[in-house]
Amino acid sequence: MATLLNNFRLLHAVRTLGLAGTIAFVACLGYGQTANSCLDCHSALPDPMGVTQEKFSQDIHAQKGLTCTSCHGGDASSYDPSVAMGAKAGFKGKIDRRQVPQLCAGCHSNPTYMKQYDPGLRTDQLDQYHTSMHGKRLAAGDSKVAVCIDCHSVHDIRPPSDPRSTVNPVNIATTCSRCHSDAAYMKPYGIPTDQFANYETSVHYHALMVNGDLSAPTCTTCHGNHGAVPPGVDKVQNVCANCHVFQAQMYDKSTHFKAFQSLGLPGCVVCHSNHAIHQPSDAMLGTGTQGVCMRCHQPGDKCDRARAAIQSDLMQLDGAITHADQTLSVAESSGMDVSEARLAQTQARDELIKARVTIHTYQEALVDQDVQAGLKIAAKDEQAGKDAMVERNQRRIGLGICLIAIAIMLVGLWLFIRKIER
Amino acid sequence: MSGDQNAPPGSTRRRAIQYFLGGGILATFASFLYPVLRYIVPPPVADLGVNEVIAGKVGDLKPNTGAIFRFGSSPGLLILTSDGAYQALSATCTHLGCTVQYRGDLHEVWCPCHNGIYGIDGRNISGPPPKPLQAYDVHLRGDEIVVTLKREA
Amino acid sequence: MISTIYRWLDERLHLDDLIAPFRHKTVPVHRLTYWYFFGGITLFLFGVQVITGILLLLYYNAGANEAFESVQYIMTKVRYGWLIRSIHSWSANLMILTAFLHMFSVLFLKAYRKPRELTWVSGMLLLFLVMGFGFSGYLLPWNTLAFFATKVGTAMVGQIPLVGQPMMIFLRGGPQVTGATLIRFFGFHVAVLPGLVVVLIAIHLFLVQRLGMSVPPKIEAEWVENPSARRDMKFFPNFMLREMMAWYVAVGVLGALAAIFPWNLGVKADPFGSAPAGIKPEWYFLFMFQTLKLIPSKVWFVDGEVLGVLGCGLVALLWLLLPFFESEQPSRPKRWITGLAIFALMYVTGMSIYGYLAK
Repeated sequence: MATLLNNFRLLHAVRTLGLAGTIAFVACLGYGQTANSCLDCHSALPDPMGVTQEKFSQDIHAQKGLTCTSCHGGDASSYDPSVAMGAKAGFKGKIDRRQVPQLCAGCHSNPTYMKQYDPGLRTDQLDQYHTSMHGKRLAAGDSKVAVCIDCHSVHDIRPPSDPRSTVNPVNIATTCSRCHSDAAYMKPYGIPTDQFANYETSVHYHALMVNGDLSAPTCTTCHGNHGAVPPGVDKVQNVCANCHVFQAQMYDKSTHFKAFQSLGLPGCVVCHSNHAIHQPSDAMLGTGTQGVCMRCHQPGDKCDRARAAIQSDLMQLDGAITHADQTLSVAESSGMDVSEARLAQTQARDELIKARVTIHTYQEALVDQDVQAGLKIAAKDEQAGKDAMVERNQRRIGLGICLIAIAIMLVGLWLFIRKIER
Repeated sequence: MSGDQNAPPGSTRRRAIQYFLGGGILATFASFLYPVLRYIVPPPVADLGVNEVIAGKVGDLKPNTGAIFRFGSSPGLLILTSDGAYQALSATCTHLGCTVQYRGDLHEVWCPCHNGIYGIDGRNISGPPPKPLQAYDVHLRGDEIVVTLKREA
Repeated sequence: MISTIYRWLDERLHLDDLIAPFRHKTVPVHRLTYWYFFGGITLFLFGVQVITGILLLLYYNAGANEAFESVQYIMTKVRYGWLIRSIHSWSANLMILTAFLHMFSVLFLKAYRKPRELTWVSGMLLLFLVMGFGFSGYLLPWNTLAFFATKVGTAMVGQIPLVGQPMMIFLRGGPQVTGATLIRFFGFHVAVLPGLVVVLIAIHLFLVQRLGMSVPPKIEAEWVENPSARRDMKFFPNFMLREMMAWYVAVGVLGALAAIFPWNLGVKADPFGSAPAGIKPEWYFLFMFQTLKLIPSKVWFVDGEVLGVLGCGLVALLWLLLPFFESEQPSRPKRWITGLAIFALMYVTGMSIYGYLAK
């Protein structure tokens, strides 16, 4: 009996030693400092089992001292697979997708636990998630929807403030589009898959990705992140109002608000679109392809006339500002200084911006107020440019007089020289 | 200018030379001296430089209101708080450059373009602005409110 | 009336003795006489600079926070400020041009030969000082171009081995170009350089008066053969009146340039901004700048820029001492200096054009 046990133990020992030897050899090749049997083995494995030390060291959890066993269970100190990945050590193996939110929330929804790492972190992600489209569908048994690791990545999770993080503002849209722009993947849901493509043409995308303005909205700004859900049709303008306060205030008091509400139309989105939000132009008030008013209103009716008046008003101010700019440029290139008028031009442009915001009252008289203020300033600047040109001409006349005086002098000198050298 | 035909040619020439020379000297010196004389008279608008600007007079502002004034080539915001203290800030929003305003109802500085909010000290509190507004020094000189750039340590 | 004043002064100061040499001063007349004007024109333009400079001093404010705005004030608010400032800037460039032309004309007319070596030396020193005027004055409006041109220029001084760094720190008033540099350059521009230049001008003019006007060797030889061909003009009043005509023309040119092409204000310097692409110094430094750009970064074991700066210094020193390389007999001029002069003229002109056109 003892011999048998001994043999069994010997066999066991040889097998363990052999495996340990290989692993130790591999570990010596690797860069692991702390003894982590999981990584030592799995870093040598191919995908999808492979996780390298290099990759995991990027993970915020690793940096905080957590390791594989924190989520997967098991025993990281043992190189014996039956111990390391044994049920006694609580090894969970690959976590099923549907269990992922619960697993993450095990720590992330525990305020006492999270406080020791970052007291400022929110701990309501799971609750939010349950209210989201993704959460609801997951609860209904759909495992295709996004769970934590789909957006946050896994084994190399970076904090959102890190520009390389998949949930950093500059990367969020790309992360969402991985599913939402995949027509084949989204087929069963019957929702559009052009959101990202549309968003890429938008002014918000440009502000975020080209200008680097991190305050510009991306998917989660309007849809929420953990509680992601499209804003209700009647609530869209609340979302836009978070930044575009004046427009929203004017719109809420305007005729369009009640009208759109009663028709079940999504407020701002009706004219400005939801994802393909382009830089608005005065052409939106026109009757061409970019015109939005005539999609609903009848040609010749009261609203059409108001629209035309507003448009011509704005174009008048725009033209006056441009013309004043040109006059000032001509004066400048002739060497005159018009810096004060240039400064005033920014005020005129401010008035134009204000007038365009006032469109959202849909009242011509109010828009006209701002336009008139702007026209006054533009007229003054135009005059300043003209005055500069007048002064420029005066300088040339002064120069001419001076040159004539010099010419007279030269003639006099020449005659005098000739006289004394006779 | 060329003299009359009946006088002998020598004196005509001499007169011509005199006219040209004398007139030339007079004309050229006048045209040189005139600008110089006007130059040395100081212009009515004394330049205080961009270091210092008179933003207004005591009594112009009511407590808990603000007003825009010109500081150099950009706008500034002068605030009189409810406690009676003056505060002067750059009025150019650090987000996209709109002109900010003081909101007496919020006791905060607000940018109407994208709802950015700053404290009275210029610190960016909420919304898009990435940096605080530059603060200026305010002194009272008699009844004039003088705004200057902050002294560098 | 002038004669009354003259007699009054003469009774007390015996002016006749003082004026006598001027009364007798003559200028040789030959086909190259017109080149004699350039010295006087340069002096006249210097006078214009002094007058307009003093006028600018009435309103200019030296200091990083005030300089640009004070120049803007002069250009926009002060009556005829635009005229005074533009004349000052244009005349500066014109003066440097005429100074170079004067130097080259002296070179080609061989007026530097014995006994006029010291005149040449004092003149070359004046040329260096005048370029120092240009360099220091350029910074005073404190605009972007000037700031970075000063940065590059003083950095080149710093390349000189051993003494370069201390010299650069002295010029800049610190390791970097700051408001301290501006104030220092202002001091150089309105006090130090004018003081030195006035002394050197006095020496230079004294030497010119004492030694009389030189005649180019070929013409001298012609006149030796044919003495009756020699013609002289009295300096006062004949040459002087002609010189005055040239001065009046210069004034007219300056006025036209100031009125039609007022000098640019530029953009206020931001020390933390980046240098504009293709930054270049003013045209009178272009030939040096372009030369330095063409030297490879390492020649043998020596750093290219150090070599370039030292090379420029060496050439300047040799140019200063040029007359001393000429042979003793002034009647047998060495051809090689003429050849060198032609090469120098073409090099300076060519490199300046190249530097202007290069990106």
